[in-house]
Amino acid sequence: MFVTAASFKKTFRRDWRDWITFVLFAGPNLLLFVIFTYYPLIRNFLLSFQEYNPIIDKGEWVGFNNYVDILIQDTQMTRIMQNTLVFTVSVVALILVLGLLTALLLNQKLRFRNGVRSMLFSPAVLAGSAVAVIWLYIFDYRFGLFFQVLKYFGINSPKWLLDPQWAMISLIIVYVWKNLGYATVIYIAGLQAIPADLYEAARVDGAGAWQRFRNVTLPGLSPVTFFLGVTSVLNSFQSFEIINVLTRGGPVNATNVLVYRLYEQGFTEIQNYGRASVVATLLFVIMFILTLIQLRAIERRVSYA
Amino acid sequence: MGISAQKTINHVFGYIGMAILVIIIGVPLLWLVSGSMKTNPEFYTATPSLIPERIHLDNFYKAWNQASFGSYYINSIVTTLIGASAEIIMAVTTAYALVFVRFPFRNFVFVMLLVALMVPEQVVILPNFLTIADMGLLVTSSRDLSTQDYIRGWLAIILPGASIAFGTFLLRQYFRTVPADLVDAAKVDGASHWTTMMNVIAPVATPAIATTGLLSFTAKWNEYLWPLIVTFSDRLRTLPIAMRRLLDAEGNAEWGVVMAAAIFVVLPVILVFLYAQRYVVDGLASGAVKG
Repeated sequence: MFVTAASFKKTFRRDWRDWITFVLFAGPNLLLFVIFTYYPLIRNFLLSFQEYNPIIDKGEWVGFNNYVDILIQDTQMTRIMQNTLVFTVSVVALILVLGLLTALLLNQKLRFRNGVRSMLFSPAVLAGSAVAVIWLYIFDYRFGLFFQVLKYFGINSPKWLLDPQWAMISLIIVYVWKNLGYATVIYIAGLQAIPADLYEAARVDGAGAWQRFRNVTLPGLSPVTFFLGVTSVLNSFQSFEIINVLTRGGPVNATNVLVYRLYEQGFTEIQNYGRASVVATLLFVIMFILTLIQLRAIERRVSYA
Repeated sequence: MGISAQKTINHVFGYIGMAILVIIIGVPLLWLVSGSMKTNPEFYTATPSLIPERIHLDNFYKAWNQASFGSYYINSIVTTLIGASAEIIMAVTTAYALVFVRFPFRNFVFVMLLVALMVPEQVVILPNFLTIADMGLLVTSSRDLSTQDYIRGWLAIILPGASIAFGTFLLRQYFRTVPADLVDAAKVDGASHWTTMMNVIAPVATPAIATTGLLSFTAKWNEYLWPLIVTFSDRLRTLPIAMRRLLDAEGNAEWGVVMAAAIFVVLPVILVFLYAQRYVVDGLASGAVKG
């Protein structure tokens, strides 16, 4: 086929117009990504090798000093990593199990189930800081709700947020209370996406309720479970306001987690930007790997489907 | 045992389960509402009640006046509305460009978006703080602020979160399901990309756009860490930060006022949610299941 000068000119003009449109439509969004996502990612990495002086806005290269400080010298770091792990594993496990149970419950044809579903979901849209304020009062060991209920049953209430042994458990309760409904909603959608004839076929084969659950429901939900698992892990890593309002990482670091350490190092009295950047880098690497795993799995799912 | 008996038993367990859920979720919410109406002696009693002695709105009055919640509302409304509008507009235009406009680096742009999706706010918060400071947007004066100070302060809160990866991604997936015929027909009629987007794509994609918008609205309204870091002046605080400061100041002394402040924070979101929860819940669910 000949490409005449005229037709080339015409395509070029059309393409050129499309390019301008693309830049106008996507450009502002991309520019903001460059300034507030990509550039800071690089700057964060550079900062982690510097001793930064905020007053003169200058950094001095110190090699791996900050990494040594955070990863080796910081005696609290083991504790913080442990806390992060305990918090994440507990809330994700509880959210998945309770989310599935509540979804199975609300997937039955019961009256009011849509209302209950909405109610269960509602804490997810409320500000974490406000939710934390409610629970601060519920956990009050002298006048709080838990204290009252336990007293009614003749049990001595623990000091919840003030007791290093109970503070983490308290945070887990609040986090699960707030985020359970999201998992329920996703699981209900997952349940409804399982074809009804699969259940019918299993029933014809004489499978009981438990067998149908094991062999039809659970495998059918595995993609949704995977999606929920990974997003819950990532979200739990970012949980900040509940900790900031309820415990500030205390008592004695009992509830200090990575994201809170980042805030402490960068924005409280300490203000050590270099060390804060090391914590941020650590957080990023962990979350990046988890997201990649999720993307890989989704890809596989799509290609098999 | 007959099938109908089994069904009745299931239903009984079902309703018991639902009742337990309603109590677990409802009691803390009720505790908040009743707490906001309690007087101090009602808080510090050995036998507190879930229902306040009488409807008592002093706490709201106190929170509103002493802590100037009126101005916090203005800050929250301005930053949320501008921030969320910017997000929705940019999500729609970027997703449209990615799906319908020919451009040589389209895939590269999409990958850029995917990577941005993986970068959580907390990781970049420190360099962003420095960037905002370099841009001269940090308002440190605690005295009366000029209009310019307000604009700087609001921009500091809005700017870093104004770009949107998740919403763009969600809408791109949705736009790809729009039949190509629709777009081609518009092109044959000589419609520009802008007209096609506004008159053909946007109406078809209204539910997805609504979901994106609502998620964006609640996220901005509830935003905590970033405004906590960049607002130094009391006059620039958004509601969640103001509530936190009030808790520091009054804490154990004035529980009712703090509870009233918490209601100020959650009320607008609850109203929006009650009105539009179908979009939030269904939108999220379909996004997750279709992957």
